Parts: sequence; structure tokens; C-alpha cells
Amino acid sequence: MATVIRARLVGTRWVIRGLSILACIALWQVASVTHLNLGIVTFRNVPPPVEVAQSAVALFRSPKLAAHITSSLWRVFAGYGAAVVIGVMLGFAIGRSRAASDLLLPPLELLRPIPAVAWIPLSILMFPSSELSMIYITFIGALFPIVLNTVHGVANVDRRLVASARSLGAGGPAILREVVLPGAAPSIVTGLAIGMGTSWFCLVTAEMISGQFGIGYYTWEAYTLQNYADIIVGMLIIGLLGMGSSWLLTTAGRLLMPWRSSKVVR
Amino acid sequence: MNIRVADIDAKSFGRIDIADVSIALGDGNDAFEAVSGLDFAVAPGELVCILGPSGCGKSTLLGALAGHMPVTAGRLTVDGQQIQGPSPDRGMVFQQHTLFPWKRVRDNVAFGPKMRGLAGTERDRAADAILKLVGLSGFEAFYPAQLSGGMQQRVEIARVLINQPRVLLMDEPFSALDAQTRAMMQEVLLDIWGKIPTTTVFVTHDIDEALFLADRIVVMSARPGRVIEDIVLPFARPRSHDLVTEPEFVRLKRHVMQLLRRPDGREPLARLSPLGVTS
Repeated sequence: MATVIRARLVGTRWVIRGLSILACIALWQVASVTHLNLGIVTFRNVPPPVEVAQSAVALFRSPKLAAHITSSLWRVFAGYGAAVVIGVMLGFAIGRSRAASDLLLPPLELLRPIPAVAWIPLSILMFPSSELSMIYITFIGALFPIVLNTVHGVANVDRRLVASARSLGAGGPAILREVVLPGAAPSIVTGLAIGMGTSWFCLVTAEMISGQFGIGYYTWEAYTLQNYADIIVGMLIIGLLGMGSSWLLTTAGRLLMPWRSSKVVR
Repeated sequence: MNIRVADIDAKSFGRIDIADVSIALGDGNDAFEAVSGLDFAVAPGELVCILGPSGCGKSTLLGALAGHMPVTAGRLTVDGQQIQGPSPDRGMVFQQHTLFPWKRVRDNVAFGPKMRGLAGTERDRAADAILKLVGLSGFEAFYPAQLSGGMQQRVEIARVLINQPRVLLMDEPFSALDAQTRAMMQEVLLDIWGKIPTTTVFVTHDIDEALFLADRIVVMSARPGRVIEDIVLPFARPRSHDLVTEPEFVRLKRHVMQLLRRPDGREPLARLSPLGVTS
């Protein structure tokens, strides 16, 4: 009986959430059809949702979409992937060894406050192709959150666990593999999730400036060609891609760390 | 009921010699002597409780026996061998939360054999056998967080005993448990110790616990910890908790309380970690 009522309550809440989204779309429709002008912001050039939907359908039918999405995905895959490998390794070294920390942390701390987007002009000069410079921007965007969260996780592994492992016969590599890595895993995954967000953000910005394909370029091109509905389609696709990749990360995190979601049954 | 199955084995190894041992902790101005001039031995198979006020350095001594910190002076040997770093030969059970949260109970217990390079099926079989001995059959696939505090400590004991250590070192292992669970775990420990007789050094500040468990109690003074009395307990085994109301138990308890009475108005010191001072 209680569960039935609870299920109904949950159902009602989902209906309310759905209605909220529908209401926003309806407001948007009304605002853009009536060219709503609030003084500081105007909806005169904002296409209504119906038009956006039509453009989206057109884009989904054209072969351009796949090309844009695959080039964006490839850049994120390469830049973010490199950031994961290098960031986690740097994080382990800095978190485990005082010498590595003294050697590697100062330059990283100097570079860290520079927003990745500020690297765009220099990276165009530094790399032979705009492709590589965009990958570099996504890499830099993801690197710092991954390094810092890995350092935090590695340095904060409970030293009693390390002592126990040593007492039970574990040597250096075994302690890294069996204790430090799983102990730091939650923090590393947090870093990976933050890094994923910043790396999409940086990619889209870089593509708007120097791309020829890619979803950020598509959005910016739509603006310059005055296909205003396509701007919003691009924005929505960027949102969906970001959402999809963070979903992949949280799911992978849950599968890799089953002990964190195990229910307590005392 | 508790017949010690391997009395002969128990006599053959597990002797601890503590010869004029002092341990200093901290550096520079913060340095202090945790224990000073300790000199006693533990016979193979003996269960010795080290009893003392908190901060007296009894956990520090245990940490040194485990090999987690060096002694400043004197010699610490097990079966004649000087202690150099941690070893599965000297198993340590901490107060709480030192099971690997990401390993299932079976894999926590099988950790030592895994480090020795034992194959998967073999070490699982060994782990399941010892889990049965500590009364945790059916919980092999659980994560530590899914177990109660008492069950977690059983896993800790199993994880250490699977390595067949020469000595078992226990650092206030039951002090985080509620009174009822603690009493039960004391009986569980005596039962396990009866079946796998291992030299055991059990650190506690609980007088009842020490009197109930030990063959012998080493009473230590406040910091720097020194041995103030070495009491051999006359109680027969197997023991049950009825013991705590017997006149001899009460008499000894009163005597030990007298030994440990703090000078009036003095606050107890902070607990020391068996891993030394955090740097």
C-alpha cells in the first residue's frame, strides 16, 4: 500500500518535471513569435522552437551532421584522452613522491590560473595545424582538474590502509595497485568528470575560432550565415554531447567502484 | 570446550623479547619519549595484555613490534630476529577501518596469500576456511561497509591469521564497539586463539578486558610509558563472562585500578597512533 502511494508520488513528480520543460518551450515560442523586447534583451532574432525543430530534422537528414560530430568527438577523444593519461600519471607522481612534487608542481601551479581559452592564440602559433592546436586546447582544459584531483586522492589515501597492506606483505608496486589506486579512485573520477566538462567547453570555443568542421564551428558558421535556427540546433547538440559523455563517465565510475554503491545491511 | 589443538606447535615459535627499549616520537622541539626502558619477554603462545592510560605509549610499542616505526634504543626481537620493517609474520589488527573498502570480505582475507603469490582458487579456499573459523560463513561476498563493527573486526582477525603469523598484535581492537558486542568479541577472540594458538600482544586501556583475556598483564605508567607491574593471572581457561564477578577478579581489578589512578586534576593524554606522529 505504502509503496503504491510512493510510486504514485514519484510519478506525479516526473509529470511536474516534464510540464516544467514544456512550459519553458511554450514561453520561448510565445516570446520569439511576438518578438518580445525587454529593453536589455530582445527575442527579435531568436527563432521559435518549431523552426529549430525543422532545422534539426534537416540537419539530421544531411551528411554534414556526422562529419561535424565525428570531428568534434575525435578532438575531445584525443585531447581529453591525453589529459587523462598524462594527468593521472602526474597526479600519482606528485601525490606519492616529495621530490616529484617539488619538481613538477611549481610550473603546473604557475600555468594553472591561465584559462585554457587564453591559450588559443599561442597554440595556433605553436602547432603546425589548427587541428593539433584545438586538440591541445581541449587537453589543457582537462589536464588541471585531473592532475589536482588525482594528487588530492593519492595524497589522502588512509595511511593505516597502506600500513596494513605493508604488514600483510605488500611491496611498493602492490601498494600502488591494490591500495593507492582504488583509494584515490573516487577523487580521480571526480577530476575526470570536471575535466570532461571543461574539455568540451574549450573545444567548442577553439572550434569557433579556428575550426573547419566540428559542432562548435557549425554553430558559429550558422551565426555568420544568419541561419539563426541552426545556432540553437548546434547549442542543443553540444549540450547533448556533453551530457552523454558525463553520463558515460558516471556509469563507468559506478561500474568500476561497486563498493561505493553497496547498500548497508547491518 | 576450547581444546587447544596445537599446543606443541605453539611452543615452537612466537617468542618476543623486548630488551631495554625506548622510543622517541616527533622531531625538534616537539620530540618526546613515548616509552622508556621497557624490558620484558612474551613466551610462545602466550596472550599478554598491555594495559595503561591513554597516551602512555602502549600503541607505540605495538607499532614498533609491527615494524611501522624504529626503536630509539634497545632491541626488539621475535624468535631471536631483530624487527626490521613490517612483515606478515607479525600481524597487526587496528582499532577500526583498516579493511580495504573496495575489496569483498573474501578478497580482504585473501590479501596476504595473494601477496605471497598463491593462485586465486587456492587463496579463496584458504580465506573461506578461516572465515568459517571466525564465524563469518555466508558473508564472503560482502563489502566491509555492509558489515557491523564486530563483523569487520572478525574479518580483520581472519585477514591477519591467514598468514599464520608468529605473533598477533592487537591495538585496542574492540574499543570502538558497543559494550555488548565488545564482550562477545572478547569471547570470539579467546575461541579463535584456542583453535589457532598464537602469541598475542593485546593493547587496551580497559581493565576488565585485560583481566578477562590475558594470561598476563603488563601494566604501564603514564608517558613516558614504563612497566610498573607484571601480573600473571590465575584464571583457568576456558573463560566465560561469569568470571568478572568472582572475588579474585574483583580483587585484581581493584589492585590494577589503584596502579592506574591518575594524580588528581590531571587530564588524560591524547591517544598515540601505532604509526607514530603524522608528518
